[in-house]
Amino acid sequence: MYSTKYHRASSVAEATSLVSAAEDGKFLAGGQTLISTMKQRLAAPSDVVDLRHVDDLQGISVSGETVRIGAATTHAQIAESEDVRNVCAAFADLASLIGDPHVRHMGTIGGSVANNDPAADYPAALVALEATVHTNNRDIAAGDFFVGLFETALEEDEIIVAVSFAAPKKAAYQKFPNPASRYALVGVFVADGSAGARVGVTGAGSDGVFRASDMETALDGEFAAGSLDGVEVDTGLMMSDLHGAPDYRANLVKVLAKRAVVAAV
Amino acid sequence: MGVEGIGARAARKEDRRFITGQGRYTDDMVVAGMKHAAFVRSPHAHARIKGIDKSAAESMPGVLGVLDGKQLTEDGIGNIICGWMIHSTDGSPMNMGVWRPLAEDKVRYVGDAVVVVVAETRALAQEAAEAVQVDYEELPAVTDAVSAIEPGAPQIHEAAEKNLIFDWEIGESLAVEEAISDAANIVELEVSNNRLIPNAMEPRAALGLYDSAEEHYTCWTTSQNPHLARLVMSAFYNVAPENKLRVIAPDVGGGFGSKIYIYPEEIVCLWASKRTGVPVKWTADRSESFLTDAHGRDHVSTIKIAFDANNRMTGIKVDTLANLGAYMSLFSSVTPTYLYATLLSGQYNVPNVHANVRTVYTNTAPVDAYRGAGRPEACYLVERAMETAARQLGVDPAELRRINFVKEFPHQTPVIMNYDTGDFEASLDAAMQASDYAGFPDRKAEAQARGKLRGIGLSCYIEACGIAPSQAVGSLGAGVGLWESAEVRVNAVGTIEVLTGSHSHGQGHETTFAQVVADRLGIGLDTISVVHGDTDKVQMGMGTYGSRSGAVGMSAVAKALDKVESKARKVAAHLMEADEADIVIDEGHLKVAGTNKGIPWSQMALACYTAHDLPEGMEPGLKETAFFDPANFTFPSGCYVCEVEVDPDTGKTDIIQFVAADDFGNIINPMIVEGQVHGGLAQGIGQALLEGCAYDPETGQLLTASYMDYTMPRADDLPNFEVSTTVTECPSNPLGVKGCGEAGAIGSPPAVINAITDAIGNNDLSMPATSQNVWKALNEA
Amino acid sequence: MAGISMRVNGREVDADVEDRTLLVDFLRNNLVLTGTHVGCDTSQCGACVVHLDGKAVKSCTMLAAQAAGSDITTVEGLMSDGELHPVQRAFREHHGLQCGFCTPGMIMAATDMIARHGAALDEATVRTELEGNICRCTGYHNIVRSILAAAAEMNGTQQAAE
Repeated sequence: MYSTKYHRASSVAEATSLVSAAEDGKFLAGGQTLISTMKQRLAAPSDVVDLRHVDDLQGISVSGETVRIGAATTHAQIAESEDVRNVCAAFADLASLIGDPHVRHMGTIGGSVANNDPAADYPAALVALEATVHTNNRDIAAGDFFVGLFETALEEDEIIVAVSFAAPKKAAYQKFPNPASRYALVGVFVADGSAGARVGVTGAGSDGVFRASDMETALDGEFAAGSLDGVEVDTGLMMSDLHGAPDYRANLVKVLAKRAVVAAV
Repeated sequence: MGVEGIGARAARKEDRRFITGQGRYTDDMVVAGMKHAAFVRSPHAHARIKGIDKSAAESMPGVLGVLDGKQLTEDGIGNIICGWMIHSTDGSPMNMGVWRPLAEDKVRYVGDAVVVVVAETRALAQEAAEAVQVDYEELPAVTDAVSAIEPGAPQIHEAAEKNLIFDWEIGESLAVEEAISDAANIVELEVSNNRLIPNAMEPRAALGLYDSAEEHYTCWTTSQNPHLARLVMSAFYNVAPENKLRVIAPDVGGGFGSKIYIYPEEIVCLWASKRTGVPVKWTADRSESFLTDAHGRDHVSTIKIAFDANNRMTGIKVDTLANLGAYMSLFSSVTPTYLYATLLSGQYNVPNVHANVRTVYTNTAPVDAYRGAGRPEACYLVERAMETAARQLGVDPAELRRINFVKEFPHQTPVIMNYDTGDFEASLDAAMQASDYAGFPDRKAEAQARGKLRGIGLSCYIEACGIAPSQAVGSLGAGVGLWESAEVRVNAVGTIEVLTGSHSHGQGHETTFAQVVADRLGIGLDTISVVHGDTDKVQMGMGTYGSRSGAVGMSAVAKALDKVESKARKVAAHLMEADEADIVIDEGHLKVAGTNKGIPWSQMALACYTAHDLPEGMEPGLKETAFFDPANFTFPSGCYVCEVEVDPDTGKTDIIQFVAADDFGNIINPMIVEGQVHGGLAQGIGQALLEGCAYDPETGQLLTASYMDYTMPRADDLPNFEVSTTVTECPSNPLGVKGCGEAGAIGSPPAVINAITDAIGNNDLSMPATSQNVWKALNEA
Repeated sequence: MAGISMRVNGREVDADVEDRTLLVDFLRNNLVLTGTHVGCDTSQCGACVVHLDGKAVKSCTMLAAQAAGSDITTVEGLMSDGELHPVQRAFREHHGLQCGFCTPGMIMAATDMIARHGAALDEATVRTELEGNICRCTGYHNIVRSILAAAAEMNGTQQAAE
């Protein structure tokens, strides 16, 4: 790891001012990606600003049908949260499938969402739930937030403070892990929400997370696995690597979507 | 057997330090003034080194030395060598290219070491290493064996024209051709054996310390055989004469073959310590381990088996191309020859076998022995072909094997080996019973109702272990003898130290070797200590690999105990005024048979050291040494049954049950033997289902260079294993043991693939059978 | 360079370390607690698992500075009054280790797992929960047995105490 300077922020304002004052500052949430990247010398921030002790980023709250999850909430806290489970059990299930228990104890939803790894789990859920990403400056619809591979709508020094979403009628997440990394080789989050069926797909798209609109249309007819039988997944949109060629990924998208529809509660 | 003797499930003596965090691994070692090394490694698979600019690195803070291959050559450090000479069929010696510990003119694989930096901290050393400017002229690279021998392939070593290292054969070619032309049926199969990366959990490490006053070196290193390391570093690499070099392999976190070899890094750390005047430590990070630990397997083979009208095998013909990587590692030549082709007759009574093996250089990490070493490749080839044959001939796979089994022992195979004992039907029967083989059709139907494809696969393996009779291996080209030594020191109070040239890096020698002593003398395990892994303490040894520690290492202990007992009897007889022939050793006492006279073991020991009253002319003390050289290899064998369920939608394979029925001869500690089988099975199942090393064929970059892309078997990938043993005693060593360290990795891959191909109805499936590969095979079926 | 302080195995420790120092290096090099190991550089093998404020974390994937003010337990801190922890004892009794290198991380993961799941821990859960701990020696068979045995013993003990 290259040399870096560590700061511990106690407020969002302090965090953003520390980062903007730094030559090349980075927010450090759970660090499960950033520290790994720094260890491999693939990132060399001059300063890191630790967000784990910022109170405003903590906590899960429910208001009516909507849950708001502070950015510094860990995957483990989300997986164990009764509040989250009551609003959307599938979301808690998804959190329980991220990384491993030790990673879940440190990794946070804000950090993961801001990183927008194309194989991360949350993005599939956030686009399918039409969630809102709250930053220190504005609210961003999930559909607008995830821009491309590791790219988001976040501006310099903008920081995620929370994400929120309303309870769907039904939802489920199905993940087929990359056998080595255990990230999603393909992950499909299906939600039957107030505006209709939504299908978020992670791990598969060559451009990152996407919504499978053909599938959504088919499910709007009837929210049943059989509705997806005739839907073709475009292999041209699929990522390709050692572990999944486009045709295999496309197959998994369909298989997992059908399973998610069956599993949706 | 007592509660702590041979056959007891004694808990391990060494465990306490490991479970409390007090193990002492090489990276835990700290010596005064110690500094840290980092290597500059080639980013290219094949390139000429045009120049090295070290100036920026040399001027960085905390840097004590930036050393290159030219300096290493100036200091007379020798080439890294392969220690086993193989001659091609035409009589020419193998074409061994030059391997320098730090490359001078050319780099030949991604990770090849070029420069070493020594600095105050590891981070500073790594930063300075990045600042070293190496000017490379990139050359075309080739990564697979088939392409490497094609016309126009890049030439990797001057010494090996067209990258061919040797073209070797074994067996009678004409006889096999005759068998094939007379055959009622011929079964043919082309098989690749996937390249694996060993991944012992402890990365390799070395700490070199040069004492200028004594002109003496000490090397702490992650080695399976510190004595051999000292021998080779002294005799071939000119690091220092043996009496000026101490090699210590403290606790070592797994080896699986990858820590047999002497790598550039330990040589360089010792040399750099003298050059810089400070102790130098290097610890690999996992990426370096992936790049530079010797890889395993990587064969492409065809096999033809000839059967007569009664489904009896009449001949086996094999053609193999083996990828040895960029350099010939220590045992790289013997792994695809004498450790491989000599096992191609399997458990079967087949009169004719012929194999042709060609080995080639490629621009990849060196390939050498990895758990099983040659024998998994042989077993996979034969057992995949037998399953294929059963399907082709319409015979039950178990039955086809049964009718072809060797049933009388000793049995001379057509490929050197003389199988001493075994009962292949016993292990087949045991495995079929444990797996409820007969009930499989019902289970298959039940799975089908759930939309799952169920398959069952068998594998009957044999291996040659207890490596090895020195004269025999010498005649086959080995540069060393493969005996083992032991010293049994009885202290004045009767406690015992056993010094062995074997090395334990997970095998539990500190317990099992002590059990052999406890069994003989009837004293408690807590009074026996096992010492290993230090050339200053142990006289000499050949280390641990090839499932040899029990059959060879423990046998040396047994032999030394014979001498100890003999002297102890004489002393006891003298003290009790009895006849030596009447003295029996029992429960920690020396007793006069048929009387109630006896003295404790400790009293006899004390008498040896006070020497006040010893038999006339007897030397004081009680310490004996023995070297044991086995008369033959040992032949562990067994039968494995794997049952799988495949999800046809995703290709995901779940192992529903895995049954292992092994014959390891006598067993010292069943708990430890079971553990060895479990671990071997996990590695074999890993090879079959998950693990596969991949290089980019164009650039030669390692694509599976971390756990993000190389799939290590995890707990949720594996089932519980059902293991059992049947026993035929090994006649070639005093303990009757055969060895158990490699069996699981040897026997399991074909069982898994036989099961999956049975499930999906397509025999064309390569390892690793990842979900993606199985899905593709299903869709092509 | 920053001064950090934390509680490690019940002992207050203060040190000046570079900000980039990983917690695992701080434990190994500054405190000479070499039971915590480094087996990979991608946060996957779990040889480095310690408890941070009672929860299992990977000490190779956090800075020592991030742990400042926290309570850390390493494998060296598991024994109490000279007695092995039930998980340590179970690993020995059930041969849950061979080379010992992954063992400290396995044991720390196991104690965390047992604390979270209590009596509900079954084989499938143990195997799933071990996703972040890689062992190359044992095939996991005896690790799983060890953890289940320790869980049974610890839950039995707890029930008896209630």
